[in-house]
Amino acid sequence: MFAFIMRRLLASFFVVLGASFIVYLLMANSGDPLDFTMNITNPTQRAQVVRSVTDALNLDTHPVARYFLWLGDVFRGDLGMSALSQQPVLDDLGGRILITLKLVTAALVLSVTTGVTIGIVTALRQYSGFDYLVTFFTFVFFSLPVFWVAVIIKSFGGINFNDWLRDNAQFSTTFFVVAAVIAAVVVYSCAGGRLVRKLAVTAIGVGVVLGLLTYVSVTRWLRNPGLGPVVIGLCALAIAVGVTAIVAGLRNVKARNSALTTAAIAIVLWFPLQAVFDDGMSIWKLFGLAVIAVVVGVAVGYAFGGFDKGLSARTAAFTAFLIGVVIFVDRTMQSWDDYSSSSVIRNRPIKTIGDREPRLDGDFWMTVNDTFSHLVLPTLALMLISVASYTRYSRSSMLEVLNQDYIRTARSKGLTERTVLIRHGFRNAMIPLATVVAFDVGGLLGGAVVTETVFEWNAMGRMFTEGLQAKDPNPVMAVFLVVAITAVVFNLLADLTYVLLDPRIRIGD
Amino acid sequence: MSILVPSDPLHDAGGPPVSLDEQTLEQKEVAGLSQGQIVRRRFLRHKGAMFALIVLGLIVLLAATSIGWGPIPGWWKYSHTALVPPNPDQSPTMSLRPTWLGGAGVQFGDHPFGLDNERGKDIFALTMKGVQTTLTVILVLGLLSTTIGIMVGALAGYFGRLADSVLMRFTDMIITIPVILIAAVAGYAFDARGMWSLSLVLGLFLWTGLSRLVRAEFLALREREFVDAARVAGASSARIIFKHILPNTVGTIVVSTTLLMGAGILIEAALGFLGFGIQAPDVSLGTLVNDYDGAYSSRPWLFLWPGVFIVAIVLCLQFIGDGLRDAFDPRQKRIPKRKDLEQENIRGEADMINAPRRAGMGFGPQ
Repeated sequence: MFAFIMRRLLASFFVVLGASFIVYLLMANSGDPLDFTMNITNPTQRAQVVRSVTDALNLDTHPVARYFLWLGDVFRGDLGMSALSQQPVLDDLGGRILITLKLVTAALVLSVTTGVTIGIVTALRQYSGFDYLVTFFTFVFFSLPVFWVAVIIKSFGGINFNDWLRDNAQFSTTFFVVAAVIAAVVVYSCAGGRLVRKLAVTAIGVGVVLGLLTYVSVTRWLRNPGLGPVVIGLCALAIAVGVTAIVAGLRNVKARNSALTTAAIAIVLWFPLQAVFDDGMSIWKLFGLAVIAVVVGVAVGYAFGGFDKGLSARTAAFTAFLIGVVIFVDRTMQSWDDYSSSSVIRNRPIKTIGDREPRLDGDFWMTVNDTFSHLVLPTLALMLISVASYTRYSRSSMLEVLNQDYIRTARSKGLTERTVLIRHGFRNAMIPLATVVAFDVGGLLGGAVVTETVFEWNAMGRMFTEGLQAKDPNPVMAVFLVVAITAVVFNLLADLTYVLLDPRIRIGD
Repeated sequence: MSILVPSDPLHDAGGPPVSLDEQTLEQKEVAGLSQGQIVRRRFLRHKGAMFALIVLGLIVLLAATSIGWGPIPGWWKYSHTALVPPNPDQSPTMSLRPTWLGGAGVQFGDHPFGLDNERGKDIFALTMKGVQTTLTVILVLGLLSTTIGIMVGALAGYFGRLADSVLMRFTDMIITIPVILIAAVAGYAFDARGMWSLSLVLGLFLWTGLSRLVRAEFLALREREFVDAARVAGASSARIIFKHILPNTVGTIVVSTTLLMGAGILIEAALGFLGFGIQAPDVSLGTLVNDYDGAYSSRPWLFLWPGVFIVAIVLCLQFIGDGLRDAFDPRQKRIPKRKDLEQENIRGEADMINAPRRAGMGFGPQ
């Protein structure tokens, strides 16, 4: 194992080294980094800038020798200076990596969860109307050019949606009809069983959707959203029941009771939590609260005891975490009105440019709202395509697993359908997906160049393209190194996850 | 491989006997056909792929004949270079709503996709030129990257050892280098920003995925008996590679090339959007979208039409690729329609009178 990792790392090191040499020479041949000095009108000042940049970038040496000078600096932890700004690249890089991470993590988490859910459902309902519908739409999403969609999304979200919010914030009749038709098609094709049951499920589904939309429209909920204790209580109960049904099965009394107890604790704690939220909130405190929630869940599960304490603990911990998310969303929504009516936002809350509003001055919850309103459109653009690919992966992987002999064995042993699908099916289907996700994380840092350009985020991708346009070698090389090294590391991690998760795979000696 | 969906009536009804029945049905259909014939039949039966093939054919036909392509004369009144007199109303004149529904009638009009007064261009002619460029780019790119990918993959997979490690590390290195950078440097350093140079650059760097797939196939196939047999018979390495192993990898190659061409369109368009792609005087769909993305709120047709054609072409290639994959996959089985099974069942019942042995294989009443 150790020898395998070392060999892989060594090979990757030389691959990155070779690629960096090629990239450096290409950059050196792409043009003169001093082009921008033509804009400086004062000749003595220009000569000064030219000399200092030439010295800093060793422009008077041969490109090959320059590469080795640069490489030596890199090993000493210095990524060189940007010709354009005459600042060290390293100072700029850290902040940009954080911004890129902000952009891509949300998109990755959301697209993996939605994609896997849709993929599993289509696999369970193979060759149904829903399956064909989803397959068609995944193909459509695969075929969409990101920038084209992003410009359309930008126009709809940034102009039309904000106008609508300002004007009346109520849905038109056409909207209701379209929403009802879509809900009917989706629910009908997802539902199983005989025709009467399918129709009944569809009617209930459409009723729920229309009811919610009417409520949102009549109360102009989107202008001042909020959940309130009643909805949170209902959500908590639904989460407890739902998580138990999926993780442990509703017949498992101990798991069910520990989930319900956790939900009850959360409902009781909702009011005192509001004071905690208002007092010196920060991202670390939020993280601490999430950890506490999970710990409480685990403790409740163990307190109920029984022969499978672990399962109860897991169920309760999942429940606690999800209810925590709902409470967090609720608290964020309480600040939404303050945020969108503040003097710098002026009731146009959905943003299309940049990653934050620099003039905004507010507490933690205002900042969360600000981040959300800047993230929502780019995340949507990034998600469209990755949801499609995760749907395809998880569908085919789940189908592959469901056709295995051990699934038939599990069924013939008389296990419940839930146990067969979740424990024997889903877990095995997720093994190849884990490696795909690890692979994607590796490509994420450099993967959002187009989205960053459309939404004008000053992150890694912009640093790369701006460096390319200015023929400025050091920023380009810095981004290249970061992206190449993360890709290499995560490729290795992807292989190791596979070995860890699938005992059938062994690393050759 | 039977269907294991719990709510599926086929599964509930029979279990193993049903899948036996499917097998006989499947085997009957392909009896006496060659591999190529089976693949062709499966492909022709794939509705999505056939539809996509027809749509793609129509798009090619429209792009080639409307403004003319090489020797083909065009029937459209404007070319993509012609200066069109400005018109106060720049919006598209194409209408699909007939007069009896209160529309302008089904007509093409003077400027079906609209007009750009600033540049004095007819958008239909520009879009058609863009489609031509895009098609050329993906053809060149497809040919070039397939050739390189096959060569690298075949040599690495067949010879193994040193050749394998060297070629695969080289492939890893090419994967690491971002395509944007290659395109940008090619543009700056060699002024290579036309249609042909960009497709050459893309073709020279997008073969990596295919070479890995071909290598994996070669690694598996070179251990097979027919390769040993050929070697014993005195065939040279070149003959074994090209005559014996390569034909067996055709499925992988065709499918992956189709999908690569689809991806190539999106890459070319994204490069155009970032400003590193094809530049004037050549026109591609990506550069058109890029030129007009600021006009989306005021004159959306300038921006929408090129995008629609990108989506349409890539979508067609996706469906064709999907159909080809299904056709080439030996594990792929057509899911028998219930109608077929019932017919089989009736035939089975008729047989039962003569041969009671088959009773167990019948399709039980539902």
